[in-house]
Amino acid sequence: MLASAGILGGCGADDLTDAEKAIVVSLSLSSLPALPADPTNRYADDPAAAALGATLFFDQRMSRDGAVSCATCHKIDRQFQDDLPLGKGAGTTNRRTMPLAGVAWGPWFFWDGRRDSLWAQALAPLEDPREHAGTRTFYAHFMKEAFGERYERIFGPLPDLSAVPADAGPLGTEAQRSAWAAMTPMQQEAVDRVFSNIGKAIAAFERSLAPEETRFDRFARALATGKVPGAGETLSAEEIAGLRLFIGKAACSTCHTGPRLTDDSFHNTGVPAVTGLPEDIGRAKGAMDVAADPFNCLGRFSDAGPDACGELRFTVRDASQLERAYKPPSLRGAATRPPYMHAGQFATLREVVDHYAAAPAAPSGLSELHPIELSERERQQLIAFLETLAN
Amino acid sequence: MKSVWLYALAVVGLMLAAFGAFVASPGASPPQAALDQSRTRTSAAGLYVASVEPQVAEIRQGELHAWILTVKTAGGSPLDDAVITVEGGMPDHNHGLPTAPEMTQSLGGGRYLVEGIKFSMTGWWELKFGISAPAGTDTVTFNLVL
Repeated sequence: MLASAGILGGCGADDLTDAEKAIVVSLSLSSLPALPADPTNRYADDPAAAALGATLFFDQRMSRDGAVSCATCHKIDRQFQDDLPLGKGAGTTNRRTMPLAGVAWGPWFFWDGRRDSLWAQALAPLEDPREHAGTRTFYAHFMKEAFGERYERIFGPLPDLSAVPADAGPLGTEAQRSAWAAMTPMQQEAVDRVFSNIGKAIAAFERSLAPEETRFDRFARALATGKVPGAGETLSAEEIAGLRLFIGKAACSTCHTGPRLTDDSFHNTGVPAVTGLPEDIGRAKGAMDVAADPFNCLGRFSDAGPDACGELRFTVRDASQLERAYKPPSLRGAATRPPYMHAGQFATLREVVDHYAAAPAAPSGLSELHPIELSERERQQLIAFLETLAN
Repeated sequence: MKSVWLYALAVVGLMLAAFGAFVASPGASPPQAALDQSRTRTSAAGLYVASVEPQVAEIRQGELHAWILTVKTAGGSPLDDAVITVEGGMPDHNHGLPTAPEMTQSLGGGRYLVEGIKFSMTGWWELKFGISAPAGTDTVTFNLVL
Protein backbone atom coordinates (compact mmCIF):
# COMPACT_ATOMS: atom_id res chain seq x y z
CA MET A 1 0.00 0.00 0.00
CA LEU A 2 2.85 2.35 0.72
CA ALA A 3 4.24 1.75 -2.73
CA SER A 4 0.95 2.51 -4.40
CA ALA A 5 0.44 5.60 -2.25
CA GLY A 6 3.83 6.84 -3.36
CA ILE A 7 2.95 6.38 -6.99
CA LEU A 8 -0.41 8.06 -6.48
CA GLY A 9 1.44 11.06 -5.05
CA GLY A 10 3.81 10.94 -8.01
CA CYS A 11 0.94 11.24 -10.47
CA GLY A 12 0.02 14.61 -9.07
CA ALA A 13 1.17 18.18 -9.30
CA ASP A 14 4.80 17.14 -9.76
CA ASP A 15 4.03 15.76 -13.20
CA LEU A 16 2.75 19.05 -14.57
CA THR A 17 5.16 20.53 -17.09
CA ASP A 18 6.41 24.07 -16.58
CA ALA A 19 4.14 25.19 -19.43
CA GLU A 20 1.15 23.54 -17.74
CA LYS A 21 2.05 25.08 -14.40
CA ALA A 22 2.16 28.53 -16.03
CA ILE A 23 -1.33 27.97 -17.47
CA VAL A 24 -2.61 26.75 -14.10
CA VAL A 25 -1.36 29.93 -12.43
CA SER A 26 -2.89 32.05 -15.20
CA LEU A 27 -6.29 30.51 -14.42
CA SER A 28 -6.04 31.09 -10.70
CA LEU A 29 -7.17 34.05 -8.63
CA SER A 30 -3.57 35.12 -8.05
CA SER A 31 -3.65 36.27 -11.70
CA LEU A 32 -6.80 38.35 -11.22
CA PRO A 33 -5.91 41.99 -11.89
CA ALA A 34 -7.11 44.76 -9.59
CA LEU A 35 -10.73 45.70 -10.17
CA PRO A 36 -10.66 47.78 -13.36
CA ALA A 37 -11.87 51.38 -13.14
CA ASP A 38 -15.21 52.15 -14.76
CA PRO A 39 -14.74 55.56 -16.37
CA THR A 40 -18.36 55.49 -17.58
CA ASN A 41 -19.56 55.65 -13.95
CA ARG A 42 -18.07 58.43 -11.86
CA TYR A 43 -19.81 56.96 -8.80
CA ALA A 44 -18.36 53.47 -9.36
CA ASP A 45 -16.13 53.66 -6.30
CA ASP A 46 -18.26 55.97 -4.16
CA PRO A 47 -19.13 54.08 -0.94
CA ALA A 48 -22.37 56.02 -0.47
CA ALA A 49 -23.45 55.09 -3.99
CA ALA A 50 -22.54 51.45 -3.33
CA ALA A 51 -24.54 51.46 -0.09
CA LEU A 52 -27.58 52.90 -1.86
CA GLY A 53 -27.06 50.38 -4.66
CA ALA A 54 -27.05 47.52 -2.16
CA THR A 55 -30.33 48.77 -0.71
CA LEU A 56 -31.90 49.06 -4.15
CA PHE A 57 -30.61 45.63 -5.19
CA PHE A 58 -32.71 43.96 -2.48
CA ASP A 59 -35.72 46.31 -2.54
CA GLN A 60 -38.82 44.67 -4.02
CA ARG A 61 -40.51 48.03 -4.37
CA MET A 62 -38.25 48.44 -7.42
CA SER A 63 -40.91 46.62 -9.48
CA ARG A 64 -44.40 47.09 -10.82
CA ASP A 65 -46.02 44.52 -8.53
CA GLY A 66 -43.78 45.17 -5.52
CA ALA A 67 -42.58 41.57 -5.52
CA VAL A 68 -39.41 41.63 -7.65
CA SER A 69 -35.95 42.90 -6.78
CA CYS A 70 -32.59 42.23 -8.43
CA ALA A 71 -32.14 39.62 -5.69
CA THR A 72 -35.25 37.72 -6.84
CA CYS A 73 -33.16 36.15 -9.60
CA HIS A 74 -29.68 37.07 -8.33
CA LYS A 75 -30.04 35.24 -5.00
CA ILE A 76 -27.39 36.19 -2.48
CA ASP A 77 -27.06 32.67 -1.04
CA ARG A 78 -26.99 31.02 -4.49
CA GLN A 79 -24.02 32.75 -6.15
CA PHE A 80 -26.41 35.55 -7.17
CA GLN A 81 -28.31 33.28 -9.59
CA ASP A 82 -31.54 31.32 -9.27
CA ASP A 83 -30.91 27.67 -10.28
CA LEU A 84 -33.63 27.94 -12.96
CA PRO A 85 -33.29 27.31 -16.71
CA LEU A 86 -35.01 30.66 -17.35
CA GLY A 87 -35.12 33.66 -15.02
CA LYS A 88 -38.51 34.42 -13.45
CA GLY A 89 -39.57 37.92 -12.40
CA ALA A 90 -42.95 39.41 -13.23
CA GLY A 91 -42.94 36.84 -16.04
CA THR A 92 -40.51 34.31 -17.47
CA THR A 93 -37.51 35.49 -19.47
CA ASN A 94 -35.90 33.47 -22.25
CA ARG A 95 -32.42 33.34 -20.71
CA ARG A 96 -30.68 31.75 -17.74
CA THR A 97 -29.86 34.20 -14.90
CA MET A 98 -26.12 34.83 -14.78
CA PRO A 99 -24.16 34.69 -11.50
CA LEU A 100 -22.49 37.93 -10.41
CA ALA A 101 -19.14 37.09 -8.77
CA GLY A 102 -16.46 39.01 -10.66
CA VAL A 103 -19.01 40.64 -12.95
CA ALA A 104 -17.28 44.04 -12.77
CA TRP A 105 -14.11 42.68 -14.37
CA GLY A 106 -15.78 42.02 -17.73
CA PRO A 107 -16.41 44.41 -20.63
CA TRP A 108 -19.75 42.94 -21.77
CA PHE A 109 -22.93 42.10 -19.89
CA PHE A 110 -25.70 39.54 -20.44
CA TRP A 111 -25.11 36.35 -22.43
CA ASP A 112 -25.14 38.34 -25.65
CA GLY A 113 -23.25 41.44 -24.44
CA ARG A 114 -26.20 43.71 -25.17
CA ARG A 115 -24.92 46.18 -22.58
CA ASP A 116 -21.38 47.54 -22.21
CA SER A 117 -21.31 48.69 -18.60
CA LEU A 118 -22.51 47.27 -15.34
CA TRP A 119 -24.77 50.26 -14.73
CA ALA A 120 -26.37 50.06 -18.17
CA GLN A 121 -26.89 46.34 -17.53
CA ALA A 122 -28.65 47.01 -14.24
CA LEU A 123 -31.18 49.25 -16.00
CA ALA A 124 -32.38 46.73 -18.58
CA PRO A 125 -34.26 44.32 -16.25
CA LEU A 126 -35.95 47.26 -14.51
CA GLU A 127 -37.82 48.09 -17.73
CA ASP A 128 -38.33 44.54 -18.94
CA PRO A 129 -42.01 43.52 -18.57
CA ARG A 130 -40.88 39.96 -17.72
CA GLU A 131 -38.58 41.13 -14.94
CA HIS A 132 -39.19 44.24 -12.78
CA ALA A 133 -41.75 45.54 -15.28
CA GLY A 134 -41.45 49.20 -14.23
CA THR A 135 -40.99 52.35 -16.27
CA ARG A 136 -38.43 55.14 -16.10
CA THR A 137 -40.79 57.70 -14.64
CA PHE A 138 -42.02 55.11 -12.12
CA TYR A 139 -38.45 54.63 -10.87
CA ALA A 140 -37.72 58.38 -10.84
CA HIS A 141 -40.82 59.03 -8.70
CA PHE A 142 -39.94 56.09 -6.45
CA MET A 143 -36.42 57.40 -5.87
CA LYS A 144 -37.76 60.82 -4.94
CA GLU A 145 -40.32 59.39 -2.52
CA ALA A 146 -38.32 56.57 -0.95
CA PHE A 147 -34.68 57.66 -1.15
CA GLY A 148 -34.77 61.38 -2.07
CA GLU A 149 -32.35 62.51 0.61
CA ARG A 150 -29.83 59.70 0.07
CA TYR A 151 -30.01 60.17 -3.68
CA GLU A 152 -29.38 63.91 -3.49
CA ARG A 153 -26.42 63.53 -1.15
CA ILE A 154 -24.72 61.40 -3.83
CA PHE A 155 -25.99 62.66 -7.15
CA GLY A 156 -27.15 66.21 -6.42
CA PRO A 157 -30.66 67.68 -6.65
CA LEU A 158 -33.47 65.56 -8.03
CA PRO A 159 -35.44 67.21 -10.84
CA ASP A 160 -38.94 68.60 -10.41
CA LEU A 161 -41.14 65.64 -11.21
CA SER A 162 -44.51 67.29 -10.46
CA ALA A 163 -45.46 67.39 -14.14
CA VAL A 164 -43.91 64.02 -15.00
CA PRO A 165 -46.40 61.15 -15.54
CA ALA A 166 -46.39 58.39 -12.94
CA ASP A 167 -45.86 55.60 -15.42
CA ALA A 168 -44.13 56.42 -18.69
CA GLY A 169 -41.21 55.01 -20.62
CA PRO A 170 -39.98 54.41 -24.16
CA LEU A 171 -40.13 50.59 -23.88
CA GLY A 172 -43.40 49.91 -22.09
CA THR A 173 -46.99 49.37 -23.17
CA GLU A 174 -48.56 51.60 -25.79
CA ALA A 175 -50.01 53.84 -23.06
CA GLN A 176 -46.62 54.10 -21.31
CA ARG A 177 -44.87 54.86 -24.58
CA SER A 178 -47.31 57.57 -25.59
CA ALA A 179 -47.10 59.13 -22.12
CA TRP A 180 -43.31 59.17 -22.58
CA ALA A 181 -43.59 60.67 -26.06
CA ALA A 182 -45.79 63.44 -24.67
CA MET A 183 -43.07 64.54 -22.21
CA THR A 184 -40.70 67.36 -23.18
CA PRO A 185 -37.15 66.37 -24.18
CA MET A 186 -35.95 68.14 -21.01
CA GLN A 187 -38.28 66.08 -18.83
CA GLN A 188 -37.17 62.92 -20.60
CA GLU A 189 -33.53 63.74 -20.08
CA ALA A 190 -34.07 64.57 -16.41
CA VAL A 191 -35.79 61.22 -15.86
CA ASP A 192 -33.13 59.38 -17.87
CA ARG A 193 -30.52 61.03 -15.64
CA VAL A 194 -32.19 59.75 -12.46
CA PHE A 195 -32.68 56.34 -14.07
CA SER A 196 -29.02 56.13 -15.10
CA ASN A 197 -27.93 57.11 -11.58
CA ILE A 198 -30.00 54.22 -10.18
CA GLY A 199 -27.98 51.93 -12.42
CA LYS A 200 -24.73 53.58 -11.35
CA ALA A 201 -25.55 53.02 -7.66
CA ILE A 202 -26.45 49.35 -8.23
CA ALA A 203 -23.25 48.91 -10.26
CA ALA A 204 -21.18 50.49 -7.48
CA PHE A 205 -22.56 47.81 -5.14
CA GLU A 206 -22.02 44.98 -7.63
CA ARG A 207 -18.37 45.94 -7.99
CA SER A 208 -17.86 44.51 -4.51
CA LEU A 209 -18.86 41.01 -5.66
CA ALA A 210 -15.43 39.46 -6.17
CA PRO A 211 -14.75 35.83 -7.05
CA GLU A 212 -14.08 33.67 -4.00
CA GLU A 213 -10.99 31.59 -3.51
CA THR A 214 -11.44 27.90 -4.31
CA ARG A 215 -9.40 24.77 -3.70
CA PHE A 216 -8.05 25.12 -7.24
CA ASP A 217 -6.69 28.59 -6.38
CA ARG A 218 -5.01 27.29 -3.22
CA PHE A 219 -3.52 24.43 -5.25
CA ALA A 220 -2.23 26.88 -7.88
CA ARG A 221 -0.74 29.15 -5.24
CA ALA A 222 1.16 26.29 -3.63
CA LEU A 223 2.28 25.23 -7.11
CA ALA A 224 3.52 28.73 -7.97
CA THR A 225 5.46 29.15 -4.74
CA GLY A 226 6.84 25.61 -4.88
CA LYS A 227 5.91 24.96 -1.26
CA VAL A 228 4.65 21.63 -0.03
CA PRO A 229 0.86 21.82 -0.33
CA GLY A 230 -0.95 21.84 2.99
CA ALA A 231 -4.49 20.82 3.84
CA GLY A 232 -7.00 22.19 1.34
CA GLU A 233 -4.24 22.97 -1.17
CA THR A 234 -4.09 19.65 -2.97
CA LEU A 235 -5.90 18.20 -5.94
CA SER A 236 -6.41 14.47 -6.30
CA ALA A 237 -4.84 12.55 -9.18
CA GLU A 238 -8.30 12.42 -10.76
CA GLU A 239 -8.72 16.20 -10.48
CA ILE A 240 -5.23 16.88 -11.87
CA ALA A 241 -5.97 14.58 -14.78
CA GLY A 242 -9.12 16.64 -15.41
CA LEU A 243 -7.12 19.84 -15.17
CA ARG A 244 -4.69 18.58 -17.78
CA LEU A 245 -7.56 17.69 -20.09
CA PHE A 246 -9.11 21.11 -19.46
CA ILE A 247 -5.99 22.94 -20.61
CA GLY A 248 -4.92 20.25 -23.09
CA LYS A 249 -6.85 17.79 -25.19
CA ALA A 250 -10.33 19.00 -24.28
CA ALA A 251 -9.28 22.62 -25.05
CA CYS A 252 -11.77 24.11 -22.58
CA SER A 253 -9.28 26.82 -21.65
CA THR A 254 -9.27 28.12 -25.20
CA CYS A 255 -12.35 30.14 -24.24
CA HIS A 256 -12.58 29.52 -20.48
CA THR A 257 -9.34 31.32 -19.90
CA GLY A 258 -7.76 33.71 -17.42
CA PRO A 259 -8.61 33.88 -13.73
CA ARG A 260 -12.34 34.33 -14.38
CA LEU A 261 -12.29 31.42 -16.83
CA THR A 262 -13.88 33.41 -19.61
CA ASP A 263 -12.40 35.23 -22.60
CA ASP A 264 -15.15 37.91 -22.45
CA SER A 265 -15.88 37.27 -26.11
CA PHE A 266 -18.72 35.52 -27.95
CA HIS A 267 -18.75 32.02 -29.42
CA ASN A 268 -21.15 29.74 -31.22
CA THR A 269 -20.67 26.33 -29.63
CA GLY A 270 -23.68 24.65 -31.22
CA VAL A 271 -25.81 24.80 -28.09
CA PRO A 272 -29.29 23.52 -29.02
CA ALA A 273 -32.25 25.86 -29.34
CA VAL A 274 -35.09 25.47 -26.85
CA THR A 275 -38.42 24.47 -28.34
CA GLY A 276 -41.08 27.03 -27.57
CA LEU A 277 -38.75 29.99 -27.03
CA PRO A 278 -38.53 32.81 -29.59
CA GLU A 279 -35.66 32.64 -32.07
CA ASP A 280 -32.43 33.56 -30.28
CA ILE A 281 -29.50 34.72 -32.43
CA GLY A 282 -27.24 35.64 -29.51
CA ARG A 283 -24.54 38.22 -30.10
CA ALA A 284 -25.84 38.96 -33.62
CA LYS A 285 -28.66 40.83 -31.90
CA GLY A 286 -26.67 41.83 -28.79
CA ALA A 287 -24.17 43.78 -30.91
CA MET A 288 -27.00 45.78 -32.50
CA ASP A 289 -28.74 46.33 -29.17
CA VAL A 290 -25.67 47.72 -27.42
CA ALA A 291 -24.93 50.08 -30.31
CA ALA A 292 -28.49 51.43 -30.05
CA ASP A 293 -28.55 51.66 -26.23
CA PRO A 294 -28.85 55.32 -25.12
CA PHE A 295 -27.00 54.36 -21.92
CA ASN A 296 -23.93 52.94 -23.68
CA CYS A 297 -20.35 54.16 -23.25
CA LEU A 298 -20.73 56.76 -26.03
CA GLY A 299 -24.10 58.01 -24.81
CA ARG A 300 -24.79 61.25 -22.95
CA PHE A 301 -25.23 59.53 -19.58
CA SER A 302 -21.80 57.92 -19.72
CA ASP A 303 -19.10 59.76 -17.79
CA ALA A 304 -16.36 58.60 -20.18
CA GLY A 305 -15.05 60.15 -23.36
CA PRO A 306 -14.89 58.18 -26.62
CA ASP A 307 -11.29 57.15 -25.91
CA ALA A 308 -12.55 54.91 -23.10
CA CYS A 309 -15.11 53.27 -25.40
CA GLY A 310 -12.83 51.07 -27.51
CA GLU A 311 -14.83 47.91 -26.81
CA LEU A 312 -17.98 49.55 -28.15
CA ARG A 313 -16.35 51.50 -30.99
CA PHE A 314 -14.58 48.45 -32.36
CA THR A 315 -17.33 45.91 -31.79
CA VAL A 316 -17.89 43.39 -34.57
CA ARG A 317 -21.32 44.07 -36.07
CA ASP A 318 -21.23 41.60 -38.96
CA ALA A 319 -24.15 39.38 -37.98
CA SER A 320 -22.89 36.40 -39.98
CA GLN A 321 -19.96 36.09 -37.57
CA LEU A 322 -22.13 36.48 -34.48
CA GLU A 323 -25.08 34.17 -35.11
CA ARG A 324 -25.91 32.28 -31.89
CA ALA A 325 -22.63 33.36 -30.31
CA TYR A 326 -22.77 33.73 -26.52
CA LYS A 327 -20.33 34.79 -23.83
CA PRO A 328 -18.53 31.95 -22.06
CA PRO A 329 -19.62 32.24 -18.43
CA SER A 330 -17.04 32.01 -15.68
CA LEU A 331 -16.69 28.41 -14.55
CA ARG A 332 -16.01 29.46 -10.98
CA GLY A 333 -18.79 27.90 -8.94
CA ALA A 334 -20.36 26.37 -12.05
CA ALA A 335 -20.31 22.83 -10.66
CA THR A 336 -22.82 23.79 -7.96
CA ARG A 337 -25.17 25.85 -10.10
CA PRO A 338 -26.87 23.75 -12.77
CA PRO A 339 -28.56 24.04 -15.21
CA TYR A 340 -26.11 25.17 -17.89
CA MET A 341 -26.01 27.30 -21.03
CA HIS A 342 -27.87 30.48 -21.94
CA ALA A 343 -31.31 28.94 -21.58
CA GLY A 344 -30.48 26.18 -19.12
CA GLN A 345 -30.35 23.59 -21.90
CA PHE A 346 -28.21 21.09 -19.97
CA ALA A 347 -29.16 19.76 -16.55
CA THR A 348 -25.75 18.40 -15.54
CA LEU A 349 -22.05 18.99 -16.12
CA ARG A 350 -21.97 15.54 -17.70
CA GLU A 351 -24.37 16.73 -20.39
CA VAL A 352 -22.16 19.78 -20.93
CA VAL A 353 -19.00 17.69 -21.33
CA ASP A 354 -20.82 15.25 -23.65
CA HIS A 355 -21.98 18.18 -25.78
CA TYR A 356 -18.47 19.61 -26.17
CA ALA A 357 -17.05 16.19 -26.99
CA ALA A 358 -19.70 15.48 -29.62
CA ALA A 359 -19.59 19.00 -31.12
CA PRO A 360 -22.96 18.88 -32.91
CA ALA A 361 -23.80 21.31 -35.69
CA ALA A 362 -25.30 24.61 -34.50
CA PRO A 363 -29.06 25.25 -34.94
CA SER A 364 -27.94 28.30 -36.93
CA GLY A 365 -24.59 29.90 -37.63
CA LEU A 366 -21.37 27.92 -37.50
CA SER A 367 -20.20 26.08 -34.38
CA GLU A 368 -16.55 26.67 -33.49
CA LEU A 369 -16.26 23.23 -31.90
CA HIS A 370 -14.44 20.22 -33.24
CA PRO A 371 -15.35 16.76 -31.93
CA ILE A 372 -12.99 15.49 -29.20
CA GLU A 373 -12.54 11.86 -28.26
CA LEU A 374 -12.96 11.63 -24.53
CA SER A 375 -13.22 8.33 -22.68
CA GLU A 376 -15.77 7.78 -19.96
CA ARG A 377 -13.00 8.17 -17.41
CA GLU A 378 -11.73 11.40 -18.98
CA ARG A 379 -15.23 12.89 -18.87
CA GLN A 380 -15.38 12.11 -15.15
CA GLN A 381 -11.94 13.62 -14.65
CA LEU A 382 -13.01 16.87 -16.31
CA ILE A 383 -16.04 17.07 -14.04
CA ALA A 384 -13.87 16.31 -11.01
CA PHE A 385 -11.63 19.22 -11.97
CA LEU A 386 -14.59 21.59 -12.45
CA GLU A 387 -15.69 20.73 -8.92
CA THR A 388 -12.39 22.08 -7.56
CA LEU A 389 -13.50 25.49 -8.87
CA ALA A 390 -16.56 25.36 -6.65
CA ASN A 391 -15.24 24.55 -3.21
CA MET B 1 -4.87 -8.98 1.66
CA LYS B 2 -4.45 -10.33 -1.83
CA SER B 3 -7.35 -8.31 -3.13
CA VAL B 4 -5.84 -5.13 -1.68
CA TRP B 5 -2.62 -5.73 -3.62
CA LEU B 6 -4.55 -6.52 -6.76
CA TYR B 7 -6.44 -3.28 -6.29
CA ALA B 8 -3.23 -1.35 -5.77
CA LEU B 9 -1.78 -2.92 -8.89
CA ALA B 10 -4.86 -1.97 -10.86
CA VAL B 11 -4.60 1.63 -9.60
CA VAL B 12 -0.95 1.77 -10.59
CA GLY B 13 -1.81 0.36 -14.00
CA LEU B 14 -4.54 2.93 -14.52
CA MET B 15 -2.28 5.76 -13.45
CA LEU B 16 0.43 4.63 -15.85
CA ALA B 17 -2.12 4.34 -18.66
CA ALA B 18 -3.40 7.81 -17.85
CA PHE B 19 0.13 9.17 -17.84
CA GLY B 20 0.77 7.53 -21.19
CA ALA B 21 -2.35 9.19 -22.55
CA PHE B 22 -1.00 12.58 -21.42
CA VAL B 23 2.26 12.04 -23.18
CA ALA B 24 0.46 10.92 -26.33
CA SER B 25 -2.09 13.74 -26.14
CA PRO B 26 -1.61 16.41 -28.79
CA GLY B 27 -2.65 19.00 -26.18
CA ALA B 28 -1.68 22.50 -27.20
CA SER B 29 1.10 21.29 -29.49
CA PRO B 30 1.53 23.93 -32.14
CA PRO B 31 1.15 22.96 -35.76
CA GLN B 32 1.75 26.72 -35.89
CA ALA B 33 5.46 26.19 -35.33
CA ALA B 34 6.02 26.37 -39.07
CA LEU B 35 4.08 29.63 -39.46
CA ASP B 36 5.86 32.73 -40.68
CA GLN B 37 5.38 35.12 -37.78
CA SER B 38 7.62 37.88 -39.08
CA ARG B 39 6.52 41.45 -38.53
CA THR B 40 7.52 42.62 -42.01
CA ARG B 41 5.94 40.98 -45.03
CA THR B 42 5.45 41.57 -48.73
CA SER B 43 1.84 41.82 -49.86
CA ALA B 44 0.23 38.91 -51.73
CA ALA B 45 0.73 40.35 -55.22
CA GLY B 46 4.03 42.00 -54.35
CA LEU B 47 2.79 45.59 -54.62
CA TYR B 48 3.69 46.68 -51.09
CA VAL B 49 5.93 45.87 -48.15
CA ALA B 50 4.18 46.22 -44.79
CA SER B 51 5.43 46.15 -41.21
CA VAL B 52 3.47 45.97 -38.01
CA GLU B 53 4.38 47.21 -34.58
CA PRO B 54 2.01 46.51 -31.67
CA GLN B 55 1.75 49.54 -29.37
CA VAL B 56 2.04 47.46 -26.21
CA ALA B 57 5.14 45.91 -24.67
CA GLU B 58 3.48 42.51 -24.59
CA ILE B 59 0.37 41.35 -26.41
CA ARG B 60 -1.94 40.01 -23.72
CA GLN B 61 -4.97 37.88 -24.30
CA GLY B 62 -8.17 39.91 -24.13
CA GLU B 63 -6.54 43.34 -24.01
CA LEU B 64 -7.67 45.97 -26.46
CA HIS B 65 -4.67 47.67 -28.05
CA ALA B 66 -3.39 49.48 -31.15
CA TRP B 67 -0.84 48.62 -33.82
CA ILE B 68 1.14 50.85 -36.13
CA LEU B 69 1.11 49.59 -39.71
CA THR B 70 3.86 50.92 -41.93
CA VAL B 71 3.41 50.58 -45.69
CA LYS B 72 6.06 51.04 -48.35
CA THR B 73 5.89 50.59 -52.07
CA ALA B 74 7.75 47.69 -53.62
CA GLY B 75 10.45 50.26 -54.40
CA GLY B 76 10.79 51.13 -50.72
CA SER B 77 9.16 54.58 -50.53
CA PRO B 78 6.70 55.23 -47.70
CA LEU B 79 3.10 55.11 -48.90
CA ASP B 80 0.70 57.69 -47.46
CA ASP B 81 -2.99 58.15 -48.20
CA ALA B 82 -3.69 54.48 -48.77
CA VAL B 83 -7.08 53.05 -47.83
CA ILE B 84 -6.45 50.42 -45.18
CA THR B 85 -8.91 47.72 -44.17
CA VAL B 86 -8.44 45.20 -41.38
CA GLU B 87 -9.73 41.64 -41.15
CA GLY B 88 -8.58 38.48 -39.52
CA GLY B 89 -9.49 35.63 -37.26
CA MET B 90 -8.61 32.15 -36.13
CA PRO B 91 -8.47 29.73 -39.06
CA ASP B 92 -8.67 26.76 -36.67
CA HIS B 93 -11.89 27.91 -35.03
CA ASN B 94 -14.11 29.18 -37.85
CA HIS B 95 -14.25 32.67 -36.45
CA GLY B 96 -13.05 36.16 -37.21
CA LEU B 97 -11.54 38.72 -34.88
CA PRO B 98 -13.42 39.40 -31.64
CA THR B 99 -13.33 43.10 -32.49
CA ALA B 100 -13.57 45.14 -35.69
CA PRO B 101 -10.28 47.08 -35.72
CA GLU B 102 -10.02 50.18 -37.88
CA MET B 103 -7.31 52.36 -39.30
CA THR B 104 -8.18 55.55 -37.42
CA GLN B 105 -5.32 57.86 -38.33
CA SER B 106 -2.72 58.30 -41.05
CA LEU B 107 0.41 59.34 -39.16
CA GLY B 108 2.58 60.25 -42.18
CA GLY B 109 5.73 58.56 -43.41
CA GLY B 110 3.69 55.56 -44.52
CA ARG B 111 2.55 54.93 -40.95
CA TYR B 112 -1.04 54.22 -39.97
CA LEU B 113 -2.64 53.86 -36.55
CA VAL B 114 -4.85 50.76 -36.32
CA GLU B 115 -7.04 50.73 -33.20
CA GLY B 116 -9.31 48.15 -31.62
CA ILE B 117 -7.18 45.01 -31.95
CA LYS B 118 -7.89 42.22 -29.47
CA PHE B 119 -6.95 38.56 -29.34
CA SER B 120 -9.45 36.83 -27.12
CA MET B 121 -8.04 33.31 -27.22
CA THR B 122 -4.73 31.55 -27.22
CA GLY B 123 -3.68 29.99 -30.50
CA TRP B 124 -3.05 30.97 -34.10
CA TRP B 125 -4.42 34.30 -35.28
CA GLU B 126 -4.28 35.93 -38.71
CA LEU B 127 -4.44 39.68 -39.20
CA LYS B 128 -5.03 40.72 -42.81
CA PHE B 129 -4.65 44.27 -44.03
CA GLY B 130 -6.14 45.42 -47.31
CA ILE B 131 -4.07 48.20 -48.90
CA SER B 132 -5.56 50.32 -51.66
CA ALA B 133 -3.54 53.04 -53.39
CA PRO B 134 -2.99 54.24 -56.98
CA ALA B 135 -0.54 51.35 -57.52
CA GLY B 136 -3.40 48.90 -56.89
CA THR B 137 -5.19 46.95 -54.20
CA ASP B 138 -3.34 44.20 -52.39
CA THR B 139 -3.49 42.33 -49.09
CA VAL B 140 -0.88 41.38 -46.56
CA THR B 141 -1.38 38.78 -43.84
CA PHE B 142 0.46 38.56 -40.53
CA ASN B 143 0.44 35.47 -38.33
CA LEU B 144 0.52 35.58 -34.60
CA VAL B 145 0.49 32.78 -32.04
CA LEU B 146 -0.66 33.74 -28.59
